[in-house]
Amino acid sequence: MNKLKKSSPYNILTMLALILLALSFLFPLYWIITGSFKSQMVAVSATPAWFPLEPTVDNYIRLFKNPAVKWLTNTVFVSLASMVLVLLTASLAGYTLAKKRFYGRAFVFALIIASMALPKQVVLVPLVRIMDFLKLSDNPWAVILPTVGWPFGIFLMKQFSESIPNEVLESARIDGAGELRTFVSIVTPIIKPAFGALGIFTFINTWNDYFLQLIMLRSRANLTISLGIATLQSEYATNYGLQMAGAALGSIPIILIFIFFQKYFTQGITMGAVKG
Amino acid sequence: MTTAKPNQRGSSHNLMRKETIVSYLFLLPALLFFIGFVLLPMGLGLYTSFFNYTMKNPVSADTFVGLRHYIDLFGNPAFLQAVRNTVFLVIVTVPAVTLFSLWVSSFIYRIHAGLRSVFRIIFYLPVVTGTVAVVVVWKWIFHEYYGVLNYLLKSGGVIEKNISWLGSSTWAIWCIILIMFTTYVGQPIVLYVAALGNVDPSLIEAAKVDGATDMQVFWKIKWAQVMPTTLYIMVITTINTFQCFSLVQLLTRGGPSGSTNTVMYMLYETAFNLYDYGYANAMGVILAIMIGILSAMQFKVMSKEVSY
Repeated sequence: MNKLKKSSPYNILTMLALILLALSFLFPLYWIITGSFKSQMVAVSATPAWFPLEPTVDNYIRLFKNPAVKWLTNTVFVSLASMVLVLLTASLAGYTLAKKRFYGRAFVFALIIASMALPKQVVLVPLVRIMDFLKLSDNPWAVILPTVGWPFGIFLMKQFSESIPNEVLESARIDGAGELRTFVSIVTPIIKPAFGALGIFTFINTWNDYFLQLIMLRSRANLTISLGIATLQSEYATNYGLQMAGAALGSIPIILIFIFFQKYFTQGITMGAVKG
Repeated sequence: MTTAKPNQRGSSHNLMRKETIVSYLFLLPALLFFIGFVLLPMGLGLYTSFFNYTMKNPVSADTFVGLRHYIDLFGNPAFLQAVRNTVFLVIVTVPAVTLFSLWVSSFIYRIHAGLRSVFRIIFYLPVVTGTVAVVVVWKWIFHEYYGVLNYLLKSGGVIEKNISWLGSSTWAIWCIILIMFTTYVGQPIVLYVAALGNVDPSLIEAAKVDGATDMQVFWKIKWAQVMPTTLYIMVITTINTFQCFSLVQLLTRGGPSGSTNTVMYMLYETAFNLYDYGYANAMGVILAIMIGILSAMQFKVMSKEVSY
């Protein structure tokens, strides 16, 4: 794969520039991790400590005096529930839109595409009213339900389901397999890569979401880790060590998950863009 | 044979009818969520933008105000400033993100697969780290006295006195742009690397045989081939920038003196701190229209360029 044959001065310079840029992109993460082990005195000294020479875990002790574990489990719950529901609903709907011929198909698909072009966040104010009506305010489901409603998953699953060979579906029909059995035992194995992509995509995006969580969740025990970090920031404006410990707790798990499932994630991004 | 035809048509009608029932059963779960939590709130948002709907009013006491919210908005200097700031963010961010990610991708797509993957992960990291964590650490970096940025610039001799980056109406918006930039380039790089990898190598070979320079190959072949990707990237970056909220809310709360206020942040403040839902929804409708027009314009301009 190495097509970079000549090490021309331009290529060497570009490589150097890219390495510098990559390091500066890594710097915030480095500052979070090292910062979380700095004492308050070190964190606010006029000469920054590039490395915590006298590391302390005080910040983490203080962090866990807040309901940080609860915030983390809330986040895991919201992300997992959203992921499972998105996969279930979107795979059924996407397969149907791609492979079934039925009345109103074009209309349903047009509606989905049109709403995807609109900004997601402008529906948030009315959503609060709907959640109040459903008695779901300050409840994790107020975050999960709108996440599942967003039709990107249907679109992605539809794009992917187009590749299911019609002959396979036809022969299942001739064998007398019911619609649901066809879906479970024939369709799902074929669209497995799309499950991986959409699943990891939904999980990470829900984990890192902020706006929806901010307007829906209020009480301290119901917060997610994003909201928890933001709360620590507004309560302890210059206690950077504590804030960095929170940021590390929120971001390290999701970064590890991302690196582990990177392949699926990249697929998800590129698949979603096809004929976007 | 001829008698079988109407029968066949009849059975295909039946089949279609049966398919329709099954199809909607399969669509039902997704449609329930989609209608209840996307379409319904969209409709409600548009509807209440014509009403004087506040927290204090019970729903029944909403009064119809017609277009008054919209007329008020266009006479509201704070809103106009928010629109200007938002458009400014788009004008700076969209070209910067597009060009930067194209530049990075056009280099890394040719290098060793393992190294390419490392670069791609690193440029994607700020997205995965999460907005709140990213903003919290940048706020520290930007701090007037405790921040590493002022320390570096002072020791490098670039500045003489500490600058209050987030407290200055000149610099604060550039701080937002910088953070936005680092969190926006990850996805375009993934897309460009994939798109450039798909460019037909025989096209490039043929051009080189004809004596085209590297520059010519890049603009005439690769740039033209990745045009749909460029279009997609510009549209999503525009939409994301228009909706810029978290950065503003966590970093500056729109200040100092409104210099970083965006439409989305003002909408949030109006709805959730002033509880003026109707007015906020009118802003949402205007925002949606602006995004729609801009996306359509970009689509038009770019598709014209694709078709030569």
